[in-house]
Amino acid sequence: MINFFKKSKLDLPDYWLKYENLFKTKQPENIQDITFVVLDTETTGFSYQEDRMLCIGALKLKNNDINIGDSFEVFIHQDHYNQETAEIHGILKEGKTTRLEELETLKLFLDYLENAVIVAHHAGFDITFINIALERHGLPKLKNKILDTSTLYKKTLIRSNLLVKKEHYSLDELAEKFNISVKDRHTALGDAYITAIAFLKILVKLKEKKITTLKQLLRIY
Amino acid sequence: MKNTISHRVADFLKNYPPFNQLLLEELQELSTQISIVYKEKDAIIFNENDAPHDHFYIIHKGAVSLSKTQNNTIVDICDEGDIFGLRPLIANENYKMEAKAHEESILYAIPINTFKPYATSNREVGNFLIDSFASNTRNPYSKSHRGALYGEPESNELYNPSAELFDLQPVKYSKKLVSCSPKTQAKVLAAKMTSKNVGAILVLEDKLPIGIITDKDLRNKIVTGKLPISAPAREIMTSPVITYSKKLTITQAQMAMIKSNISHLCLTKDGTVNSKAVGILSKHDVMLAVGNNPTVLIKAIKRATRTKEIKQVRKGIMMLLKGYLNQNIPMTLISKIISELNDACIKQIITNSIAKLETPLPVSFSWLALGSQGRSEQLLHTDQDNALVFEDVPAEKLEETKAIFINFAKQVTQRLNVIGYEYCPAEMMASNPKWCLSLSEWKTNVTSWITNPGKDEVLLSSIFFDYNNVYGNQELVTELSNHIFETAKNYPNFFLHLASGSLQNPSPTGFFRQFLVEQDGANKDFFDIKRRALMPLTDAARVLILSHSIKSINYTAERFEKLAELEPNNAELFMAASYATKALLKFRTKQGLLHNDSGRYISLSKLTKAEKIKLKRTFRTIKEIQELVYIRFKVSNLLR
Repeated sequence: MINFFKKSKLDLPDYWLKYENLFKTKQPENIQDITFVVLDTETTGFSYQEDRMLCIGALKLKNNDINIGDSFEVFIHQDHYNQETAEIHGILKEGKTTRLEELETLKLFLDYLENAVIVAHHAGFDITFINIALERHGLPKLKNKILDTSTLYKKTLIRSNLLVKKEHYSLDELAEKFNISVKDRHTALGDAYITAIAFLKILVKLKEKKITTLKQLLRIY
Repeated sequence: MKNTISHRVADFLKNYPPFNQLLLEELQELSTQISIVYKEKDAIIFNENDAPHDHFYIIHKGAVSLSKTQNNTIVDICDEGDIFGLRPLIANENYKMEAKAHEESILYAIPINTFKPYATSNREVGNFLIDSFASNTRNPYSKSHRGALYGEPESNELYNPSAELFDLQPVKYSKKLVSCSPKTQAKVLAAKMTSKNVGAILVLEDKLPIGIITDKDLRNKIVTGKLPISAPAREIMTSPVITYSKKLTITQAQMAMIKSNISHLCLTKDGTVNSKAVGILSKHDVMLAVGNNPTVLIKAIKRATRTKEIKQVRKGIMMLLKGYLNQNIPMTLISKIISELNDACIKQIITNSIAKLETPLPVSFSWLALGSQGRSEQLLHTDQDNALVFEDVPAEKLEETKAIFINFAKQVTQRLNVIGYEYCPAEMMASNPKWCLSLSEWKTNVTSWITNPGKDEVLLSSIFFDYNNVYGNQELVTELSNHIFETAKNYPNFFLHLASGSLQNPSPTGFFRQFLVEQDGANKDFFDIKRRALMPLTDAARVLILSHSIKSINYTAERFEKLAELEPNNAELFMAASYATKALLKFRTKQGLLHNDSGRYISLSKLTKAEKIKLKRTFRTIKEIQELVYIRFKVSNLLR
C-alpha cells in the first residue's frame, strides 16, 4: 500500500506511537548499561528505489553479552526478485522459510528495536532501506542513534605515513583482522553476529584511545 | 527460536563433551537459550567467593585462567572447548576460584536450569556431571580429573601451571593407538609407523595387547638379518607388554621406564594385560611433560601439523623463558635459544601452510622477519613484522605470481596470529601487496629509499634492513643484501640520514636526571623502555654496522661486540653499549612476563630503587653512543 500523503501525527498507528514514546527516556551514560541492536539486512540489490529487503537479522548486545534467544531474524515476502543477488544471500523467491509481509515485519522489528542504539556495518545502507520501507507504509523514519562499525574501525587504525588508510573497509576485512569466522557470511543474522563481535573488539581498541562514552562514539565520523 | 546464530553455537558444541552426547535437535534447542559473552584480556568472569551465576561457561575462543587469589597461583588454564564454573552451580556453593580472561575470549554461557533436564534424561551427560562433581569433592584443586571436567585434552599439554603439583599430575598419553595384528608383516607395520610418525606399534589380538614393536626391535631383529622383512609381527614383537593403568602419574611413568629399561608403556583400561588397550606412552611423552627443554620443544614443533599444537608448544617456550630468566642465564644465550624456538615455530607454520596448498608455489621465495624479530630480540609475543621476496618472473607473469604469494602470505600471517603474534598495526606484513614483491621490485624499492632518504624512507630502512631469512631461498636474500651495500656505498648521504634518524628518539631522562614518562594516551605516566632506551641503541648499532658493510649480524648486542672488534679505539664504549642492550632487553622481558604483555611500558612506581639505578646506568652509555654517531656522520651538517 503506497500512501503519497504524509500522515499527521494523530494518524500514526499505536505501535509507532509506543515506539516513539520510548525515546522520551535518555540513554544511560555508561556504555555497559546501553542496549545495542546490531543489525544487517539482505536485499534484492543496491538500488534504494527498486530493490527490496528480503530479510532483517538483528541481535541485542548489552554489557558484552548476547542472548541468542533474544535475536531477530525475519524473512520478508516481496514481489520484486533479483536472480543475481540470490547467488549471494541464497534466499529463494519461493523458499521453504516462512515469510512475513513487509509491514508485519516492520511492526515486529520496531517492537524489538525499541530505543536501542543501532550498530551496523555500512549502516547507511541498511538504515536507508528500512526507512524507505517505513515510508512506503506511511511511517516516519527510525529515531534511533546509529553507529557504523566501518567508521569506528577506521578510528582504531594507527596514524602512520606507512599505512595508507582505505576509504571503506568491508565486513570481510574486519573479520580477517579480528579473526572472526565468516561461516554464516551473507545471512542477515550471521553478518549481524560478525558485526557485533567486531564492534566489541573495536570498543576495546577505542578504550585505549580514551573513547569510552556513547557521546564520543557518536562523534566519530 | 532457532536461528542462524543458534545453529552456529550448536555446531560448535557438538564437538565437545558432554554436549557431544546430545542429539542434534536437543543441542539446537539448548543453543537458543545460550548467551554469548565477550571478555577482553584480563577481564574477570567471576571472583573467588562470588555467588554462583545462573550459568556455566564453555570457551568458544581464547583462554581463561582459573586461580586462587589468596596465593595468586594459576591453578589451570582452560582452552577452547573447555568447561568451567560448573561445579559451584550443582553444589550450590560460591566460586572457589577466580576466573579471568587470559586472552581476549568469547564464552558461551549455558543456563544451568535449561541444561539440567538433559542431564537427567541422558545417562552419559548425567555421568559427566556426577564425575565432575565427585572428582572435585575429593580434591577440588587437583588436576587428576581434568579429563572429566574439562574434556580430554587432545594435544600434549606443555603448560604446567604449578610446579608443586607436578609429580602428581596424570600423564598425557597419545590416545590414537597405532596397532597391528600378530600377522602383519614387518614391512607393512614399519610403513605404518613411518606414516604415523611414531616409534612404537602395539600388537593387538582381540583388542588385548599381546606385544609391542619399537624402532629398536626392528633394528635388532630385521635390519640385522635375523628375521626376513616379511616376518609377521608375532615373531618380532617384545612380549609380554608391560601395562599400566591410565591413571599413572608422571613420576610413576618415569619410574616404570627406568625400572624395566623400556621406552614405551602400554596403558590399559584396568592396568592389566587382560583389558582393552587405551593408549601408549612413550619416553618422549614423559619428557614433554617433564621438561620444557629446547630439544624436546623443537621436536614437538617439528612434529606439529596443526596450528593449535604449535600454540601449545609456545606456552612451553614461555615457561622455559621464565625459567631461564630466574636462573640468571646469560642474556645472549637466552636470546639465541628463544629466538631459535620462535623461528622454528614460524618455519613450521610456513611448512604446514605450504603442505596445505592445493597447487605448489610457482617459484622460490624467502620469508623475511623484520624489526626486532629479524634482530632475534623478540623474546615475548609481539607484533609480526614480515615481508616476502620471490624469484623474478617474466613481466607478463608478475601479477599472477604476486597474487599467489599474497594469498599464501595471508594464510601464514593468519596462522601466526593464532599462535600469538599480533598483526602489525602498520600492516608491515607479507600479506600486504606492498611488502610481497619480486627480487627486482625489492631492489627498486631499496634503491629509492637509499637515494631519496626522507623521513619515511629512513624509517622504512630502519625496519627493513634488519631482515633475517626465516624460511626459503637464501640466495635471494644474499643478492638483496649485496644490492643494499653497493647502492649505499654510492650514496654516503644515506648514512647521514639514517644516523640522524637514530638520534630522533626521545631522551630517557630530563634535565634533573629524572625519568621522562609518557604524557598522554593509554600509557600515560608509564616509562616507554622500547622507544626511550632500546631503540636509540638499536638504531645506532644499525647505522654503524651498515657503514662497515656487515649484514650477517642482526642482534644488536652482537653488533656492538663486532664494532668493538673493528674499532679497538672505541672498544670500551661499544662493549658498554652491548652490555646496556642486554640489560635493557632482559629488563623488558622480565617486565613483560610479569604482566603478560610486551613489557614495553614500565610503571616506575613498581620498580625497586636498585632497578631504577640499574636502568639509569644504561642511559649514560646511550648518550655517549649517540654523541659518537652525531660526530661520526656529521649530523650537524644536516638541517634538522
